[in-house]
Amino acid sequence: MSDALSVCVGFTRVLRAAGLACGPDRVQAYLRAAGHVDLYWAGRLTLCADPDDLPRYDKAFQAWFGGERPRMRPRIEVTVEQLRLGLAASDVEVLRHKDFSELNPREREAFRQLLKQLRPVPPKRRARRMRKAAKGPVDPRRTIRKMIEAGGEIVLPEHRRRTRKPRRVVLLIDVSGSMSAYADGLIRFAHVLARSMPVEVHTIGTRLTRVTRQLRERDPEQAMRAVARAVPDYEGGTRLGETLQAFTRQWRQRGAVVVLFSDGWERGDPQLLAEQIRRIRRTSHAVIWANPHAGKPGYEPVQSGILAALPHVDRLVAGHSLEALRELLSEVRRA
Amino acid sequence: MTTRNPTLSLSIGLMDTPEELASGLSATGYLPDGGIATAAFLAVAMGRPLFLEGEPGTGKTSLALALSSALDVPLIRLQCHEGIDATQALYDWDFPRQLMHLRVLESSGSVDEASLYTRRFLLARPLLQALESAPCVLLVDEIDRADDEFEAFLLEVLSENAVSIPEFGEVRASVPPLVVLTSNRTREVHDALKRRCLYHWLEHPTLDREVAILRRRLPDLSERLAAQVAAAVHRLRAMDLVKPPGVAESLDWAQALLALGRDTLDTESAAATLGAVLKYREDAERALRAGLAG
Repeated sequence: MSDALSVCVGFTRVLRAAGLACGPDRVQAYLRAAGHVDLYWAGRLTLCADPDDLPRYDKAFQAWFGGERPRMRPRIEVTVEQLRLGLAASDVEVLRHKDFSELNPREREAFRQLLKQLRPVPPKRRARRMRKAAKGPVDPRRTIRKMIEAGGEIVLPEHRRRTRKPRRVVLLIDVSGSMSAYADGLIRFAHVLARSMPVEVHTIGTRLTRVTRQLRERDPEQAMRAVARAVPDYEGGTRLGETLQAFTRQWRQRGAVVVLFSDGWERGDPQLLAEQIRRIRRTSHAVIWANPHAGKPGYEPVQSGILAALPHVDRLVAGHSLEALRELLSEVRRA
Repeated sequence: MTTRNPTLSLSIGLMDTPEELASGLSATGYLPDGGIATAAFLAVAMGRPLFLEGEPGTGKTSLALALSSALDVPLIRLQCHEGIDATQALYDWDFPRQLMHLRVLESSGSVDEASLYTRRFLLARPLLQALESAPCVLLVDEIDRADDEFEAFLLEVLSENAVSIPEFGEVRASVPPLVVLTSNRTREVHDALKRRCLYHWLEHPTLDREVAILRRRLPDLSERLAAQVAAAVHRLRAMDLVKPPGVAESLDWAQALLALGRDTLDTESAAATLGAVLKYREDAERALRAGLAG
């Protein structure tokens, strides 16, 4: 019995290493469940809490219980390694801060997985609807209703507050030649956002392409293929001013948080770029410029485009590594 | 030693294994796969809430309905929405009746305050109903739509199986209800709630099972048409659409075809009835481009 017990508990250890949150209460539930149904389902129903957990659970179950009688030590090492994509915890930490244009193929795969773990939270705006609140302006309707309920007696006033709704976020991603090393990572980042909050995504370069629809695909690889088909100017030149002019003419960004990913290398007229950024700034809620080079030591905003646009930008941030993207997300949320 | 929920063990006395529960569910018209049956069986056996997630239309809500009729207990449904609070979910006092009662008391000259707070002035909302009428199945539908404060409140009621009403006293369930929670993942539900539940992710049914479901729900449907509809819906799901059709959609589709008197699914009849399955223009366009009926 205690042998079976230690096999089960050992299994939960593997799962924990694989990133499942199986705390003591879950493990207890698992052991109880194992008395009722087979081990696979007992664990799957009690130890998983998210669809993302299921493939990891299946893999770990296969590795732990599959095949001949499980031998303890060597198996765990292998499983944990496999499940971590062959990366140790310290490697993950390094990867977070590494410029994602400089990743080797294995790191790139891990980077993609880590991107999926970002949990973007949209910025909020005040909505029209009111809801009950503990403090805030007095809610006359609710107060009077309460007074009627109390038979006309005076009651403590009820309060109300405006509800909040997610604010739209517009991502403009420069896919010109000088940004080509970042474009793939940034569009994947946009895909993660598009899956969890209201965003509009356009690519810019020599022309403006809306890719929001392509990014609605669930599967990142499918989405990337769809974007690649839709965008004709991958790795082309940069005429930021003109493309942004097309954007301000075609699209409304009223009240949105606009994030522009670009290194600011402008072949066209920097004055036109400045003018367009100014127009966007006037109607939007905030403009954030994310420049991958801004994260490198010794960076100075000297590119003609950035220099011209900088006065109209609320914030200039980096955006070259996972950590920088995470910071960008919190800027967006606060905007 | 199996600590079994005293409630429903009576009803599932005849259903000692997941397979027996599965056949009980099938008898009500819900055809579960092995995973669903095991999850439901374990929820009953361990007396734990069952947390169901999955794409819309995979049968989360109907599982709760089927469970209530298979176990032969009432179903109490709490539909969550933004801003739902305790007075809508738990209980409320019937103020107009209390006032009327008070007037009567005043005119007779003997005001007894305690008589204002008795059971007959208490309006039981779904949670209180479930506690009072256990054994039952309590369906908390679309918990992801409620606010997180409500989640915390629900957690409290579920873990205590009781609620205390200040003016009235405690209401405790004689036997805990079988709780089924569903979520469409419009937001992440807090882990504290998930931790107390059994978690099951529902997949779209396999081809064979979908044919069986169609045949079971629509007895007029021919074997051939059912197979065609199920196969077409499976192809649509593989297309990675904005809104992949669920079982509800395939039922709608089959019904639409029946209503039009079609006995086969070809390109023409598919195009005429596509609105029953695909609700987004992009999806319809894409399906037509791919030549959906095939």
